[in-house]
Order: sequence, then C-alpha cells, then structure tokens
Amino acid sequence: MLLSLFQALENGAIGTAVRDSLWLFPVVEVFHLMGLAVIGGAILVVDFRLLGLGLRPHPVSRLARDVQPWVVGSLVVMILSGVPLFLSEATKCYYSFAFWTKMTALLLAIIFTFTIRRSVLFAPDGRFSPRSYRAVALTSIALWSAVGWGGRWIGFS
Amino acid sequence: MSIRAAVEWLANTEWSIALHESQYAYATIESVHVWALCLFVGFAVLLDLRLVNAIFRDVPVSDMARRLLPWTKAGFAVMVISGILLFYAIPLRTYLNIFFRIKAVLLILAGLNAFVFHHGIYAKLSEWDVGVTPPRPARVAGMCSLVLWAAIVFSGRMIAYNWFDCGKPQARLISAMAGCTAGDIDPYR
Repeated sequence: MLLSLFQALENGAIGTAVRDSLWLFPVVEVFHLMGLAVIGGAILVVDFRLLGLGLRPHPVSRLARDVQPWVVGSLVVMILSGVPLFLSEATKCYYSFAFWTKMTALLLAIIFTFTIRRSVLFAPDGRFSPRSYRAVALTSIALWSAVGWGGRWIGFS
Repeated sequence: MSIRAAVEWLANTEWSIALHESQYAYATIESVHVWALCLFVGFAVLLDLRLVNAIFRDVPVSDMARRLLPWTKAGFAVMVISGILLFYAIPLRTYLNIFFRIKAVLLILAGLNAFVFHHGIYAKLSEWDVGVTPPRPARVAGMCSLVLWAAIVFSGRMIAYNWFDCGKPQARLISAMAGCTAGDIDPYR
C-alpha cells in the first residue's frame, strides 16, 4: 500500500525529472546543505545559550526571536529541496532504515521545536530553571543531530 | 618529487587503502564533516548576517566575535581534520578533481576576506559595535563571506560527482584545470 504510493511518487513528473537529469539532484542537494548550515547555526546558537555557552549575557527570548525567521525560512528551504530528492528515489527510501529514522526524528524535532522548546524560549526570564534549559537544549541537539545523520546515511544505503 | 607523485604515494599507503575500502569509517567521517558544517558554517553565517545587519542587531559585534568565534574555530578544526581524512581516503582522484581545486581556491579567498576584514574595518569596531548599521566595508566583508561559503559548500558537494574526472572526454581547459595527464584513465569507467 505505502510501497505502491512511493513507487507512484517516484514515477511522477518531479521524481522522473530529477532522476533523469545529470545535474538536478546535486544542485538541489546543495540547497539542502545550505539550508542545513543555516538551520544548524540558528538552532545551535540558541541551544548553546540554554547550556550557558556562547551568547550568554543576552536574554534567551530575544535571541530566539531574532533567529526565528531564519529557522522557519531554512526549514522551508530544507523541505522544498528535500521533497524532490525524496521523490527521485522514493522506492529506495522505502527500504532505507536511515530514511525512516530521519523522518521519525524530523517529526519529533519539529513538534518539539515548535511546542515545548518554543514555550520555554519565549517564557519570561527566570520562569524555567537552568536544569530545564539544559534538558531542552540537549533534547533539541540530539533530535536535530539524528535528523542530520539519518539524512546523510540515506545516501550511503 | 612532484605533488602528484606525493599524492600517488599517499594513495598507496596502507591506511589510505583501508579507509577507502572500509564499510563504515568513510561514511562516519563524512557524517562528522556534515555535522561540523552546521556548527562552523552555521555560526559563520550568523556572524556574516550580523555584519550585513540582518540578525542580532542588539548584540554587539564584539560580543558575537568573542563568544561565538571560539566555537566557530572549533568547528573549523573538525572540518579540516575530517576533510583531510576524506582526502586521505581517495587522494589521487580528489587531487585531480576540478571541484576540489575550485574549493581550495575559494577557501583561500575566504581566508583572505577574513584577514582583510579583521585588519581593516574590524580594527575600528568601537565606532560601530552596536546600535548602528555596520559600515560599508563590514557589510561587504559579510556579503563576500556568505557568497564564498555557499560556493565552498557547493564545490565541496560536487567533488563526489565524476562528470569531469580525468580520462573522460573533456574540454582541454577543464583537463588542464583538473591537472589531468594524457595517460589518465577514468577511475569509474
């Protein structure tokens, strides 16, 4: 059922176009990587702050507000570039452990980032203890790292 | 000994072959390279965005430099070490890869840009540290850096593709830039 859906997606217009082109896949992949660098920096700089590293003297909520458009913007770039990459080899992804690991981690990372992490970041100063800050930062780093590693390993499988 | 002869010697060392043939080591090193990209390029991009007045306008530039640059440098160290290992796994093909050579040149340009910025407008930082739009030379340096790092990510990713490998039918200019010699054969023929 799911497999036949993936096969249909792979044979759709976008999947076929990316697969048949010599340079489309690498070029789309580069945009995916650039998006990764931006989202990585924007997430990490705030997680570092929660851990008491990096931009320490500045209020968490202000840093979080400043990076917010970059997080959302790069996430959009990641998804827009990731979908054609997936479509071009959907059947391979169906059988790829790395792919399902990545997608699970991605779903969890997005939910976590836009619910728990967001409410902690924008809470008034002093509302959450340093220990909660640390827990949020480490969870965020672990989830997003799993997304990145899983993504890279799709290419090795 | 020519550089090429040195690279050929490197390619025949036991550890280079082991790394090349390993099932997981190469992929793991590449994953580390990509993870460190987030830290290094991600933080470098934040600094550049600050210079072009696009983020953290309330955070003094001096604070960004003092508190983020050590992490950026650590990320860069991981990039260089993992990058050298990736080269060591496939020395000759990488040395003769046009994208690798372009990337090397772009890295030098990025270094020069940072050097000029640091010894130029950054020396007068007290005049524009916070509360004002960074002066034109700082904005230009930030913009150059953003473009250069994007181009470095691009050329780095392209090293994996073999369109311009030596031994394939090629325009003479590309063969010359890649350092191909007449006897080279396509490693993936």
